[in-house]
Amino acid sequence: MFQVRIHGRGGQGVVTAAEMLSVAAFLEGRHAQAFPSFGSERTGAPVVAFCRIDDKEIRLREPVMQPDALIIQDPTLLFQVDVFSGLKRDGYMLINTNKSFDELGLGDFVKDFRHERLLTVPATEFALKHVGRPLPNAALLGGFAAISGMITIDSVTDAIRQKFSGKLADMNIAAARDAYNFVQEEEKEAASHA
Amino acid sequence: MLKQIEGSRGVAEAVALCRPEVICAYPISPQTHIVEGLGEMVKSGELTHCEFINVESEFAAMSVAIGASAAGARAYTATASQGLLYMAEAVYNASGLGLPIVMTVANRAIGAPINIWNDHSDSMSMRDAGWIQVFAENNQEALDLHIQAFKLGEELSLPVMVCMDGFILTHAYERVDVPTQEQVDRYLPPYEPRQVLDPSEPVSIGAMVGPEAFTEVRYLAHAKQMQALELIPHIAAEFKQIFGRDSGGLVKPYRIEDAETVVVALGSLLGTIKDTVDDLRDEGHKIGVLGISSFRPFPIPDIRDALAEAQRVVVVEKCFAVGIGGIVSRDVRMALRNRPQPVFTVVAGLGGRAVTKVSLERLLRDAVADKIEQLTFLDLDWNIVNKQLERDKAKRRSGPIAESVLRDIGVVAAKMV
Repeated sequence: MFQVRIHGRGGQGVVTAAEMLSVAAFLEGRHAQAFPSFGSERTGAPVVAFCRIDDKEIRLREPVMQPDALIIQDPTLLFQVDVFSGLKRDGYMLINTNKSFDELGLGDFVKDFRHERLLTVPATEFALKHVGRPLPNAALLGGFAAISGMITIDSVTDAIRQKFSGKLADMNIAAARDAYNFVQEEEKEAASHA
Repeated sequence: MLKQIEGSRGVAEAVALCRPEVICAYPISPQTHIVEGLGEMVKSGELTHCEFINVESEFAAMSVAIGASAAGARAYTATASQGLLYMAEAVYNASGLGLPIVMTVANRAIGAPINIWNDHSDSMSMRDAGWIQVFAENNQEALDLHIQAFKLGEELSLPVMVCMDGFILTHAYERVDVPTQEQVDRYLPPYEPRQVLDPSEPVSIGAMVGPEAFTEVRYLAHAKQMQALELIPHIAAEFKQIFGRDSGGLVKPYRIEDAETVVVALGSLLGTIKDTVDDLRDEGHKIGVLGISSFRPFPIPDIRDALAEAQRVVVVEKCFAVGIGGIVSRDVRMALRNRPQPVFTVVAGLGGRAVTKVSLERLLRDAVADKIEQLTFLDLDWNIVNKQLERDKAKRRSGPIAESVLRDIGVVAAKMV
């Protein structure tokens, strides 16, 4: 079972991101379960949502405490909420920011993790460019597809189209594809330096 | 058709397939998405021959459902928590009059302290109200139980409460197989009432009954629930024939053959318990699970049989009767009267506290080693409890308990676990 935890703030589409991720996995014939943390879902308040992906029925109903992947939609949470809690050493981490891990002050913290699985993505910039609003969730799912290979970018875009319609779907899909390409480029570059 | 949708959406689609004629509702979390979905379907014309009535309270919601059902309409509503309490008087009326209303209860705690999260306190408060109460383990079963509920209720002329864990199921996206209209039509015939307010054949419904007949009318309500014990397995078997899957029924045994320890539970908790039990089985522990699908009527013979060989029974329940202890476990003990096995009560998951595999595993290891108390509270923080007890002892004006406890914990927002 692959478990994802998404952190963000109320209004950033955190819950929607987990739902779309589950739809993308479902479209690939897998079992998936997405649910929010049901806390204080006010605009701006810290929000957590979860997604489990497996090849068999998922019966477990506890929150995701040891994620295989972490998606952080808002870097201002880094020093406010224990977002890294339980992240596995070989886990994936995607942070929405235009800064590097060092610039975020996380250089020391991440040194024991697998570097090719950690990435910062300027998802809000992709969202502003395509959607016109700072809603980084679709872009981050595109980035997640690229870094993890757990789901294809086409499933992500299909899932976006199930959740949104018309132009809004197109705009979010464009943001997701940009982020997907960005991550692929970053990975290529990292590989060439390795 | 397989879909990846929210539990609430799945239930709304299942209810719509049952061709309800009147839906009345008052919003309350975590039930709201269900009636919102149905409201949209009525408005868009997707659900036809159905009147969606916005009411001013839960009391009105159930009252409208009673009126609609008495007039011969298939009626549906949904609520949770304080909403169920607010409609309580009408809840008893619906069953007392024998009207086959179907209601979803998206299980949520009852205040005070106010708490919007999941436990079973709400439907348990109505366990003696005369309704049939069934509990869903996952979203597929939640869908399926609604379809079965209309058939069961209308056959017996009794209302049915379909209980599904609030948030944990209602707000979870998971894979569900939404049946076709043709399948549901084949399974569920049009509503043929046993009693109806019909101007061409006038009757009155709701007579005052004095001491001369009240006991008999109440006994007949019990007799109907006993008939439900017979009927529920048939309804589930017929469901399987048409839809091809096991859903509902009275009890659901899991790996209980040769089990020395059997864990009993209701609702979505069963999934996490089954995963935990699989791990313990792998280590060689003889342990199994008994899920109770039908809580009212309570299937005493089935539970008695299923637990016959167990050496100990651990009931994990998301509810709690202050002043005595467990609610489900008391009924399980009743099923095991004159039997030697101890029945332990474990109260877990109150007010949305996550029931984790780690905690369950620790609990069940202790249970197998006969190291748990008769009444156990999973993950209870004794430091917090004792601090408040000390405060109460130390001075007369010890202050409001909830606020003091929150101050001790230093919680500003709800914690994840």
